Amino acid sequence: MSLGLALVAILIVALAAGWYGYVRAGRLRAANRLHSLPSYHGAYAALWAAIPALLLIAAWAPMQSRMVDQAVLASPEGKALPNFEMQRESILSEAREIANGEREQGFNAESTTIAPRIREEQSRFALMGGATAILVALVAAGLALRRSAPEFRARQGVERWVMAVLFSASLIAILTTLGILLSLLFESLRFFRLYPAGSFFFGLEWSPQMAIRADQAGSSGAFGSIPLLWGTFFIGAIIAMVVAVPLGLMSAIYLTQYAPARVRSWLKPILEILAGVPTVVYGYFAALTVAPVVRDFGLSIGITSASSESALAAGSVMGIMIIPFVSSMADDSIAAVPQAMRDGSLAMGATKSETIRKVLLPAALPGVMGGVLLAVSRAIGETMIVVMAAGLAANLTLNPFQSVTTVTTQIVGLLTGEQEFDSPKTLAAFALGLALFAITLLLNLIALHIVRRYREQYE
Amino acid sequence: MSSSTSSRWTDQEMTKRVRRRYRSERIFRGIGFAAISLSVLFLAFLLWNMASKGIGGFSQYEAALPIDFSKSDLFLDPATIKGPDARTTVAGADLSTAISKAAEAAYGPDAERMFSDAAVDRVTDAIVANPGMLTGTPTLWLPVSSKVDIAAKGDGEPAAEKVVSELQQKHALKRVFNMRFLTSADATDPSAVGVWGALKGSFYTIMVTILLAFPIGVLAAVYLEEFAPQNRWTDAIEVSINNLAAVPSIIFGLLGLAVFLDVMNLPRSAPIVGGLTLALMTFPVIVIAGRNAIKTVPPSIRDAALGVGASKMQVTFHHVLPLALPGILTGTIIGVARALGETAPLLMIGMRAFVAAPPSGISDPATVLPVQIFLWSDEVDRGFIEKTSAAIIVLLLFMLLMNGLAIYLRNRFERRW
Repeated sequence: MSLGLALVAILIVALAAGWYGYVRAGRLRAANRLHSLPSYHGAYAALWAAIPALLLIAAWAPMQSRMVDQAVLASPEGKALPNFEMQRESILSEAREIANGEREQGFNAESTTIAPRIREEQSRFALMGGATAILVALVAAGLALRRSAPEFRARQGVERWVMAVLFSASLIAILTTLGILLSLLFESLRFFRLYPAGSFFFGLEWSPQMAIRADQAGSSGAFGSIPLLWGTFFIGAIIAMVVAVPLGLMSAIYLTQYAPARVRSWLKPILEILAGVPTVVYGYFAALTVAPVVRDFGLSIGITSASSESALAAGSVMGIMIIPFVSSMADDSIAAVPQAMRDGSLAMGATKSETIRKVLLPAALPGVMGGVLLAVSRAIGETMIVVMAAGLAANLTLNPFQSVTTVTTQIVGLLTGEQEFDSPKTLAAFALGLALFAITLLLNLIALHIVRRYREQYE
Repeated sequence: MSSSTSSRWTDQEMTKRVRRRYRSERIFRGIGFAAISLSVLFLAFLLWNMASKGIGGFSQYEAALPIDFSKSDLFLDPATIKGPDARTTVAGADLSTAISKAAEAAYGPDAERMFSDAAVDRVTDAIVANPGMLTGTPTLWLPVSSKVDIAAKGDGEPAAEKVVSELQQKHALKRVFNMRFLTSADATDPSAVGVWGALKGSFYTIMVTILLAFPIGVLAAVYLEEFAPQNRWTDAIEVSINNLAAVPSIIFGLLGLAVFLDVMNLPRSAPIVGGLTLALMTFPVIVIAGRNAIKTVPPSIRDAALGVGASKMQVTFHHVLPLALPGILTGTIIGVARALGETAPLLMIGMRAFVAAPPSGISDPATVLPVQIFLWSDEVDRGFIEKTSAAIIVLLLFMLLMNGLAIYLRNRFERRW
């Protein structure tokens, strides 16, 4: 018997209990006035039959595989396995696949001999868990059905369950946040045990290649994050914003203040398409079309170090991607400026552009600033454009024609390729992830604070 | 007021100043127009660039090849090719060598490697369909290699150009729709690749995402908007949802790597892990869209239902939720479209493996369309350029379809109260 079978059995029990509860309440209804509709009586019994038993299965399933392993290792066949942990693990995982019918034969001879054992233990534990769960379902259904009476408040009982489901759905948000925080912190701490945190946060050299042999030269593995943070800042906060802020702001001004309604209804969705294009497309565009043009331009104005993976190419394409974001943020904050201020300025004889420049923009400035900070936070977390168009060389440079690298590029670089979970290289990716998470969180908090303060000003 | 600033409208100085102010007004307006036009032009250029590069990927040159099976070293007996094992029998023979020999015989030594890897499949199909041809010298139309294909499309190397002109003289070259691009999976030979495998992977991944993120997101939105008491738990939930919506997508990839792969031991590169990761990413988007949609349902609806004796739960599920559903769906589609175009978190959980067979379930190794685009863009072979752009066209069509659906839903069903 497998747990899947138990699952089906529980669902059948729940359906049967629900149907019986419904029919019984219907019969009661013939003679009495019921508090709740028969359908609620049915749902009450079905929910009680299903939910506790399903929770039990959900808790049992992960425990089962661990207990099976222990039982197999304790058996005579298991004791005969080699003591070396990695070898034992690989034999076990092979045997598991054979037991599940995913493959015919193992690479190691032992796996074939212990496969029947695993199958046996698996069915034993599944029987244990499954039978308990079915028993729980039956008992709970019985108890729930016993309560059905004319005055029984079945609707309230059902609504309590629904409420519990609603609440647990919203708990997913907290669980995800905790999961992100804990996994990043945990792996980063493991990294800082291997590599000093001070050198990570303040080190000026980044060369994650580890020496494979002790006598190899020049690859000691330096994880100084400053060049990466600079590259991230240079591309995301400087170059991209130089492109996105003027274009986005002026687009928003034109769309909200000047454009006729028909033009606006066409241009706005078009601008939104710019935000909907997948980033991998921008990355390909940056690498294949923009980068060569930027390099040739750099060479033609005499910059010999112009790279084909320049910061300028990645940053400017990222800026294009951010335009709609800046534009909609600016749009919101300009719209929030009270109409009276605009009317006052126009009544004094100021032209439209004078009103915009001298009244609307200064009044909307905090909101626009908040929007720009949000845009920066989005730009520095952006991955594909920089992975495809910016380089892997960690340069501390101010020259936009040279190649710089970013935090996200390095995370992708570190985690693809050979995958060994305990090497400093992989763990460093999590430390970088933690830094990125902290920076974007901080930017968002500041931005939201500015925007909220600004909104309050006019409310 | 100083004497130099005249206050009369008819003064020359005054008209000059007014004219200057109007000019700066026009300039400002012009700058605004230029900014929006530039943005639109960028978009147009981007789309045109992808379309012009990628359109070639949907067509493929084929060349006629007479194969004299009697001269080839194939030991295939037409009598044995039947039944369910026919394909395996034929595939066991060295068709690849037979094709290059036939090509050399027909079009000279330069033509030895002029056919694509896909040609072998084509010949296999032909033999299985008609084993009798093994005794004769049939002429088959076979897809050419990507080098020859590029040359035929007008931008190739000299050696390939020579083959093309030879073929053209003999009228043995034709351009056909590249069906294989839509029906097969990844391959090492650019003329044999297809997006079907990646599309299937995307489909499974997005299905997992929708099935998880939509119900949980809607329920969470209902809870927060209709039932949540004002307390610390609710505050914590709201803060985490707003923060999660702004967390960079790559962080979700790190989470998926650490939790789903490392702790829960789920299969690497599988749509189930990708779908779970993307569901966590899409969930806050759906919650926020859901809350906004529920907020727009006017309180009078709730009051009316409560007034006739419905419970709070009945009010919510019988009246508020159905009225808010179009808005929730619009937000969901936009969130799912974003998940469909997402690449970075899926790279983290290993969906970048070379997968030559389309996945047939949510736990098979798979890749998704955006990751496939990324992988092809990394290839050195020039034949991959048009395939990458063609795959981008397919991806953009899907995005357009989903966003169009969202706009349609918004216009068709959303009510202004």
